[in-house]
Amino acid sequence: MDKKNNQDYLAAIQAAFSADVLAHEETFGILNVEISTAKIHDVIAWLQQEPSLSVNYLTNIAGIHYPEAAGREFAVVYQLHSWKNNVRLRIKGYLPKEDLHIATITNLFAGANWMERETYDFFGIIFDGHPDLRRILNMDDMDYFPMRKEYVLEDATREDKDDRFFGRNNNEL
Amino acid sequence: MSQDLKDALQNADPANIATINFGPTHPSTHGIFQNILKVDGEKIISSEQTVGYIHRAFEKLAERRPYNQITPITDRLNYCSSPINNIGWEMTVEKLIGVDIPKRVQYMRVIIMELARIADHLICNSVIGVDAGALTSFFYPFPEREKIYELYEELSGARLTTNVGRIGGFERDFNPLFHQKLKSFLKTFPKAFEEFDSMLARNRIFMDRTKGAGPISAERALSYSFSGPNLRAAGVDYDVRVMSPYSSYEDFDFIVPVGVNGDTYDRFMVRQEEIRQSLRIIEQAYNNLPEGDYKADLPDFYLPPKADVYNNMEALIYHFKIVMGETELPVGEVYHAVEGGNGELGYYLISDGGRTPYRLQFRRPCFIYYQAYPEMIKGMPISDAVLTLSSINVIAGELDA
Repeated sequence: MDKKNNQDYLAAIQAAFSADVLAHEETFGILNVEISTAKIHDVIAWLQQEPSLSVNYLTNIAGIHYPEAAGREFAVVYQLHSWKNNVRLRIKGYLPKEDLHIATITNLFAGANWMERETYDFFGIIFDGHPDLRRILNMDDMDYFPMRKEYVLEDATREDKDDRFFGRNNNEL
Repeated sequence: MSQDLKDALQNADPANIATINFGPTHPSTHGIFQNILKVDGEKIISSEQTVGYIHRAFEKLAERRPYNQITPITDRLNYCSSPINNIGWEMTVEKLIGVDIPKRVQYMRVIIMELARIADHLICNSVIGVDAGALTSFFYPFPEREKIYELYEELSGARLTTNVGRIGGFERDFNPLFHQKLKSFLKTFPKAFEEFDSMLARNRIFMDRTKGAGPISAERALSYSFSGPNLRAAGVDYDVRVMSPYSSYEDFDFIVPVGVNGDTYDRFMVRQEEIRQSLRIIEQAYNNLPEGDYKADLPDFYLPPKADVYNNMEALIYHFKIVMGETELPVGEVYHAVEGGNGELGYYLISDGGRTPYRLQFRRPCFIYYQAYPEMIKGMPISDAVLTLSSINVIAGELDA
C-alpha cells in the first residue's frame, strides 16, 4: 500500500482549503500548517473524514503564549496523527489577546474535552461550544491564567535565574 | 447500555439516589483524585471527577529550568516507571540538538525502559488483584520488583525517582554488579512471574469479578485518544514502539498483545503478556549488547571528569558552563513520544534558543484517558468502579503533572 507523506498531506490541505492555509513548514519530520482560526474546526473535521488521509487520532492540544507577537499572542496547536499513513501533523491557529475564542473540537474527538479544559485553565483560551469549560488542574477560584508569560515563578528574586541569562530579554512584560 | 439498565435509570426514584464521595483519599484510588458518584443502591448513575490535587505546575517550572534540570521533573510524572519518562525527555532534547546516539546506549536504554515497564505493569496488575480481594497475589511479584529497583540503584543511585541517564547517554556504564543482578533477574523472574500469573489469570473468582467490568469499545477508546495497554485491551494494536520506533526498537522481535472487550480482565491480560514480551526484549538487547561507549560524544552536555576540573582551567570553565546551562541550543519545535507504562508519553518542546524551553508540554496518557472513566463505570456497581479504576492504572503524578 502506498503511504502518503507530509507533502501529500500539505497538497491535499492546500487543495481543499487554499485560502485558509496561512503558512506551513516542516520541523523534525512533522508538518506544521497554520490555518485561519475560524476554519480550524472544519479543517480537522475534514482531515478526519477524508478516507485517503484518515487522521484518526488526536495526540494533544497545546496552548502557547507569545506576548511579543502583536495580534497573534496566543497559539493553539493541535497535534494529530494518521495511523493509516503514519503521518503526524500539527494544525496551528493564532489568536489575538483581545479575542481568545476558537471553536471546540469535542464533537470530533471526545478526548479533546479535558485537553481543551487544560488549555483554558493555563492560558484562558475559550473554546466555543465546549460542553463544560471549567478549570481542571487549578482551583476554580483562581483569577488568572498561570501559564501566560507575565506570571513569573516566585523565585524571581534569584538573580542567577534572571531571564537575561536565559538567552532572551523579556523583562519589560 | 442494556435495556434493563435504561429502565432502571429511568425508573429510579429520586429519593433513593445517594451522592457519595469516591476519593480524594480512598484506599483504592491509589492516589489523590475525587469522584462524586450518584448511586441508586449499588448502581452508579453518574459520576463527576475532580483532578489536580497534586498539580505541581511542571510545565511552568520547566520554562525556568535548564534542560538537564528538567529530567528530575519527569521522574515525578508516572513514578511507577520513571526511567521511561527520563529517557523519553532525554531523547526529545537529543532530537532537537541532532546527535547520533551510540548503539550501545540505545540498547542500554531499551533494557532500562523495559525493566521499568515490567515494574509498572507488575504494580498495576497486582493491585487489580488487591482490589478484587486477593491480597496475597500482591506480595508474590514484589521480591522481583525489588530486584528491578536494585538494578536502577546500581545504575543511578536512586530507586523511585531515578533521574537515570543524561542528555546523550548514561552517567556511567553498567557496572559488574548490575550485570550480575540483571542475569540473576532474568533467571528468576519468569518462574516467579508465572507463579503470580497462575494465581489470577485463570482464577474463576478473579475472572468472574473482572470480566465485563468497566468495558470500553475500540471506537470510544480511540475517540478518547486512549493509548497503551488500555487501548490495546479494546482491540487496537497501536504501540509507539512499533509505529514510530525509537532507540532501536526495530531491532527486536516482540508482539503487541491485544484484547477483545476492553474490560478489566482484558486490560489485566494485556499487561501480563506485555511483561512477557518486555522480558523477551530485555533478553534480546542484553545478549546482543554492542560494545562501545555509554555516552555520545557531547562535551556541551557532559561534565568533564572531576580530576580534570580540579587541575585544568578549560575543564573548570566547561563544568561551570554546563551547570549554569550556558549551552547553545538550536531554535525549533520537537515532538517526541515514547511508549510509557500507560501509553503514548509525548514531549512537545519549543525552543527559542534560550537555555530553558520556551514551552514544554507533556502529553500525559493518564490525563487523557481518565476522562473516559465516568462513561466506563456508568451503570456498574461501585465495586466494579473500584476495579476499573485500578485496571486503567491512573497514576496521580502523571494525571496532574
